[in-house]
Amino acid sequence: MFELVRANKRRSFAVLVLMLLLLLVLGFVIGSAFVPSLAMTEFDGENVKPHWGFDPTAGMIGMAVAGLVWIFQALLAYFQGDSILLSVSRARAIEKNDHPQLHNVVEEMCIAAGLSKKPDVYIIEDMSMNAFAAGRSPERASIAVTAGLLARLNRDQLQGVVGHEISHIMNRDILFMTIAGVMVGTIIMLSDVFLRSLRHMGGTTRYRSSKKSGGGAQAIILIVALVLAIIAPILAQLLYFACSRRREYLADAGSAIYTRYPEGLASALEVLESNAEPLPSANRATAPMYIVNPLKSSALGLTSTHPPTSERIKVLRSLAGGVSYQAYQAAWAKVSGHGAARMPASALNTAPVAQREAHPDAREPVDAKQRMREAGDLLRKVNQFIFLTCACGMKIKLPPEFKREHVQCPRCQRSLALPVAQIAAVAGVGETLSQETPPRRTIPMAKPKGGLQPLQITCHGKGWTSYKCSCGTVNSFFPAQETQESACKKCGRKVILKTV
Amino acid sequence: MIPMIVILALLVAFLLWLIGIYNSLVRLRNAVKNAWSQIDVQLKRRHDLIPNLVETAKGYMQHERGTLENVTKARNLAAQASGVGDQAKAESGLNQALSSFFVVVENYPDLKANQNFLALQEELTSTENKISFARQAYNDAAMQFNNKIEMFPSNIVAGVFSFKQAEFFEIEEAAERAVPKVSFS
Repeated sequence: MFELVRANKRRSFAVLVLMLLLLLVLGFVIGSAFVPSLAMTEFDGENVKPHWGFDPTAGMIGMAVAGLVWIFQALLAYFQGDSILLSVSRARAIEKNDHPQLHNVVEEMCIAAGLSKKPDVYIIEDMSMNAFAAGRSPERASIAVTAGLLARLNRDQLQGVVGHEISHIMNRDILFMTIAGVMVGTIIMLSDVFLRSLRHMGGTTRYRSSKKSGGGAQAIILIVALVLAIIAPILAQLLYFACSRRREYLADAGSAIYTRYPEGLASALEVLESNAEPLPSANRATAPMYIVNPLKSSALGLTSTHPPTSERIKVLRSLAGGVSYQAYQAAWAKVSGHGAARMPASALNTAPVAQREAHPDAREPVDAKQRMREAGDLLRKVNQFIFLTCACGMKIKLPPEFKREHVQCPRCQRSLALPVAQIAAVAGVGETLSQETPPRRTIPMAKPKGGLQPLQITCHGKGWTSYKCSCGTVNSFFPAQETQESACKKCGRKVILKTV
Repeated sequence: MIPMIVILALLVAFLLWLIGIYNSLVRLRNAVKNAWSQIDVQLKRRHDLIPNLVETAKGYMQHERGTLENVTKARNLAAQASGVGDQAKAESGLNQALSSFFVVVENYPDLKANQNFLALQEELTSTENKISFARQAYNDAAMQFNNKIEMFPSNIVAGVFSFKQAEFFEIEEAAERAVPKVSFS
């Protein structure tokens, strides 16, 4: 396993160097094209005279600017990449109680992969089906799955998907894809800026350069820059996508080895493919992170971030008997008809592990409606809905914005009191969570202090009245209380008193 | 004088080499121990889960006292077992008792719908998966250690310091034992 990571690193490094060269050359050429006066003149101590040679100063400056832009973005991506990715995807952390099965599956895969620290588990509030891993190292990693995925996959399929993501984490794919992605982004940005500025001041540049004696050379540089600005982004993206596809295969193989059950991932991919809906929170930059392309994909081949799902399924299904990188490589060669290696050579001499039996869950038909309802409930729980069960059996789910003390059951018209303790507990949980993990929490929780609406208390007759505040404190009004408004003595929540 | 220095240098080199072998043996033995503790944690967790499971099932399965008792008995046996080989044998028995228990559960739809039971079942499934994944790691570590003990020249050092071979942790899968493979080819 270790050698696999090392081989991966070496190859990634080569790709990164290639991309960096592309970026620097682009910076150099654009710099030279941008500042014609610098490139074409020379100061020899007495006077400025036209210079026929090539002065690299402007190019160097352009190169430095390109490098600095990339370094800044790469540092940002390295330290904040996972939080940015998670918040852009609207992912929210869930605890073990929220979805024990998902947490269990993640723990199992950590043991199988030998991952020392369990990644944080996130859920994406979307009913489409997808998953991704984030984080720069195995020690700081997260796995996010959509609610739709949880609703439609059985245990074995879920294990296959989680195994794929854990494999990404083990192979350090996320770090590489982030850094390379940022580089592609920088190249695109630089060419974009250059082409746009050219369009804006095209007339003046041509006028100025034609007046000077070095017009010819300048024109050549301009043309080179133009061509490079058009080609470089395409080249960088092709490099990036090729790497991305290769890594998907490697992660698939890893998943098959960790789970020892390739059919799980194969059938999961099948379900994912048949339910392919674009994920609205994904974009071109984050697309390679997901298990299947989250965008509406039309282009196949060179410009796709993921290998065709049908091929991935076929490769997994043709893994008969033992599972190993070698077996996966052979299966891939058979399915695609290529002889080229997809796996690093060092990974190929590992002993195959026997496949296991299907989990009994997998054989039972999935009650789709029930599973959907569960996934919906999970989302509501994460969003701090209050759950009530009426005496007639009706389950009532109330959003956290619901602030009244009573609710009417829609089926039997009974009036139900909201459990004050539960509200307090939910509010408390929200507070502790946001205190414990401030940067990882993607959506800020409502702070109970001050932000809460006043409590409405109905007072029957005149006498001592007591009520329980949402913070758990019991307050009381004495009989002579005249004012309509009061406040909780502990948390200061406002109370409006109504006398009937 | 010079031959003395050469002999001394050779002796020191030889000692260093022996120390290197000894240390690598210790390192491998610790890896085996660590892998075993990973399994042990999960086995303990499984032993803790089973009484809860039996307790939950009791209310629904009045007529299956024998099955439940078998599970409890196998669990107690497994919890008391010590040593890798004994533990593996006891766990195989527990697997068998559990699988016949889950076959019986199929006849009790009320129990199968019980939230508590479902949660326990999920925990048990996960724990079993964790055991089987951890078992792989343990057996890999044990094999490396045993190879080192048997191979020359480290077998001499292992003999002198009496390193003992690690036992493999082989659990017979309940499903494999219960269902005979039939083929008509």
